Amino acid sequence: MTMLKTPPVRATRQTLSQIFGWPLVIGVLSTIGLVAALVGDGVWDGVSWLALLLPILLYALFLLRPRR
Amino acid sequence: MRRLDVHNLAGILLVMWTLVVGFTGVINTWADLVLKAWQYGQLAEMTAQYKGREIPAKLTPVEEAVRVAQQAIPHMQPAFVSYPGTLFTSNSHYAVFMRGDTPVTSRLLKPALIDAETGKLTDSRDMPWYVSTLFLSQPLHFGDYGGMPLKIIWAILDIITIVILWTGLYLWLRRRKPAASAARASASPQRI
Repeated sequence: MTMLKTPPVRATRQTLSQIFGWPLVIGVLSTIGLVAALVGDGVWDGVSWLALLLPILLYALFLLRPRR
Repeated sequence: MRRLDVHNLAGILLVMWTLVVGFTGVINTWADLVLKAWQYGQLAEMTAQYKGREIPAKLTPVEEAVRVAQQAIPHMQPAFVSYPGTLFTSNSHYAVFMRGDTPVTSRLLKPALIDAETGKLTDSRDMPWYVSTLFLSQPLHFGDYGGMPLKIIWAILDIITIVILWTGLYLWLRRRKPAASAARASASPQRI
């Protein structure tokens, strides 16, 4: 809303890799998580749980973070 | 605006999972078409010389059919048997569907067609690619392939996806009333 009218204040312009770096890492990890449990049992299931739990944890972390 | 940030962050975190579950869901809606394509394609081909026959009055024992199938494909286990005249087979065959023992190959069923009058194996082929695609898209849509923890994770990801949809709708509806949001913005400037 307001952010559409006034550009956000940032010290420097971010490069593409700065913007899409972490989302890409999480996307790749999610893909690994989705495939791992399909490929094998045991350890592979564990890899799958951890990789897919990561986005949930990050989301919870952000939600619970105190407001500035 | 924090609400928008949370909404965007959740979208960024979940985008891969949501895309995979969405696309495999689309493939799953084609299940009936895929089944029909297989029936009129590969299954019709495999049972061509039995076309138009009636269901035999006297069937060979089903245990015998399973045993013959297991001998023919020793590296796989029987998953289920279709009786003659049912959906997945011809009027003249038992179809013993075999599955592998890894998570992937246990999804990829392979039918062994057993003549229900003579008890002999007449044909067994790997499913065509479109059936395999359907079989593999099922676990990726339902999340039932990594034990109970994966199911719970799946449920949480589902809930967060629903939250994203609702917050997105909410934020979009708010956008339609610029006056109201401007008033709120000036009322509490420290929040923004």
